[in-house]
Amino acid sequence: MIRYTLTRLALLLLGLLVASVLIFLTLRVLPGDIAQLIAGTNSTPEQVEGIRQRLGLNQPLVAQYLDWIAGVFRGDLGSSLLTGSSVTSELAEKAQVTVPLGIMSLTIALLFSLPFGVLSAMRRGRADGTALSVGAQTLAAVPVVWAGMMLVVVFAVWLGWLPAQGFPRAGWDEPAAALRSLLLPALTIGIVEGAMLMRFVRSATMQAVGQDYVRTAAAKGLTRNAALIRHGLPNVGLSVVTVLGLQVAGIIVGAVVIEQLFTLPGIGRMLVADVSARDLPKVQGELLVLTGFVLVVGFVVDLLHRFIDPRQREST
Amino acid sequence: MTGRTRLKVKWLERLWGLSTGRFGLIVVVVVVVTAIVSLFWTPFDPRQVEISNRWVLPGWPHLLGTDGSGRDILSLLMAGSRTTVLVAVGAGVIATVIGVSLAALGALTARWMRESVAVLVDILIAFPVLIIAMMISAVWGGSLAVVIWSVGIGFGVNIARVTRPELRRVLHSDFVLAGRASGLSPLQNLWRHLLPNVAPVFIVQLSWGMAVAVLAEAGLSYLGFGAPVTEPSWGLLLAELQQYITVYPLSVLWPGLAITFTVLALNLLGDALREATDPTLSRGRDPLHPPRGAIRHVPEVVA
Repeated sequence: MIRYTLTRLALLLLGLLVASVLIFLTLRVLPGDIAQLIAGTNSTPEQVEGIRQRLGLNQPLVAQYLDWIAGVFRGDLGSSLLTGSSVTSELAEKAQVTVPLGIMSLTIALLFSLPFGVLSAMRRGRADGTALSVGAQTLAAVPVVWAGMMLVVVFAVWLGWLPAQGFPRAGWDEPAAALRSLLLPALTIGIVEGAMLMRFVRSATMQAVGQDYVRTAAAKGLTRNAALIRHGLPNVGLSVVTVLGLQVAGIIVGAVVIEQLFTLPGIGRMLVADVSARDLPKVQGELLVLTGFVLVVGFVVDLLHRFIDPRQREST
Repeated sequence: MTGRTRLKVKWLERLWGLSTGRFGLIVVVVVVVTAIVSLFWTPFDPRQVEISNRWVLPGWPHLLGTDGSGRDILSLLMAGSRTTVLVAVGAGVIATVIGVSLAALGALTARWMRESVAVLVDILIAFPVLIIAMMISAVWGGSLAVVIWSVGIGFGVNIARVTRPELRRVLHSDFVLAGRASGLSPLQNLWRHLLPNVAPVFIVQLSWGMAVAVLAEAGLSYLGFGAPVTEPSWGLLLAELQQYITVYPLSVLWPGLAITFTVLALNLLGDALREATDPTLSRGRDPLHPPRGAIRHVPEVVA
């Protein structure tokens, strides 16, 4: 276990290194002059030189990179080119919307995929089982932004139960209003991600049904379903843990689009705005945080899987 | 030679025999044909703005109605399918090149190279396609090329991860050894024996990758990083119609349905291809082998 943890940790650190280098280089391989591009065509040479100074573009690439990474270790992700505000503090502020949105989405996805996924596997070949699995296939093919629009049409336009857009200005000082405005976005991401997860749960359950231990339990007098629930489901849970990393990545991607649709002041919307404005230092910081987060989640999920699966624990 | 053609026909027959495969094939063919037809003919000019004809409800002659500037929605959808097909095919080609090269590098070269490629692939897989696209857009600005490249890179890595172990497995089989013994060069061996044997795994991935490409095009065009506003695109149409969603909710239905059906078809086609090419299922009448639909070991779901 310790050896595995160390190997996996080395892979994580290597991943973070590669990710940071890739992000850094991609934002610098521009043919031509970044400073010129940022300053625009109507700028004086002095302005361009100023920007170059401010971004440290006169230094060699390696020095620029080390400078950036040293800042990251101090908790300083750089500052916006346009407003001069600190990227770290802006990310912290926007995270107050995106993190709750992500947690709600994941909860909804799990709540709906686990029972329906198992059910659709157990009722396989019958009308209800087929309907569930066709439903999951279809929902998994829906573009998340359109799913959001449809939910807005039903719950905001027709029924008028929930707000169609926006987030309370006072933020979490108005918890009820904040929660209400996050409900539809979370439901959108949760349903689409949940549909993908449900397909996975279904095939994991079907695999569990075929295992010897389930058959043995059934031979010892349990009904097939009882055997599956007692002995099969823990294994289904285990395989679900392995795809949680993918799910988190999916939710981040969903949040970028959905925050735009619902005009939520979160990290995704900020990223879209900064990419459009070509605020490169800010984009660089944001991308590092997002990919770093995905990599760390993958690391935690792998360790968790190792830790809770007794077979894997013993083998190392 | 005849044996080979017969094998191919059987394989297609099996695909057609699956309801999911049939649905997938039909929808994909319809989308491609629509894209080709739209080059020559659409019911109306998709770019023709006619303010007096705004928000016409579905009916004759505007079968799916018109949008906020009086453009015919059916014609816009037909023209938009061109963008969808272009992105799916373009991303598929790039993903194939990247995926096969990485898989070959990771399976057939010296040990240190193989393992570095494997680690690199494990790391790159953590980058979601949308994040790659944002990264490229921040520098070059958004365009369809950005969508194609980001999906191609993102899915190429995915293909490499699935194909690499498969390539390793086939590499140790007798016919590859026989090929080498009969004097084939490594490249000839790769082309003649290795690639055809990993093709099934690879085609399934490609089909799923194209589904991702269609979704990514819609999402990125919606965000403004995909198709330029002058191009017809399903994602752009969604973004445009969304502004009037409280007044004309019905119009948003059409582009969404078009995307959903295309993605569903590609997903199901991938599933059906997996079933049709699975060698454990090819001996259909063998009593020792469970027939299709019986519970068996399902390969780990990748997508």
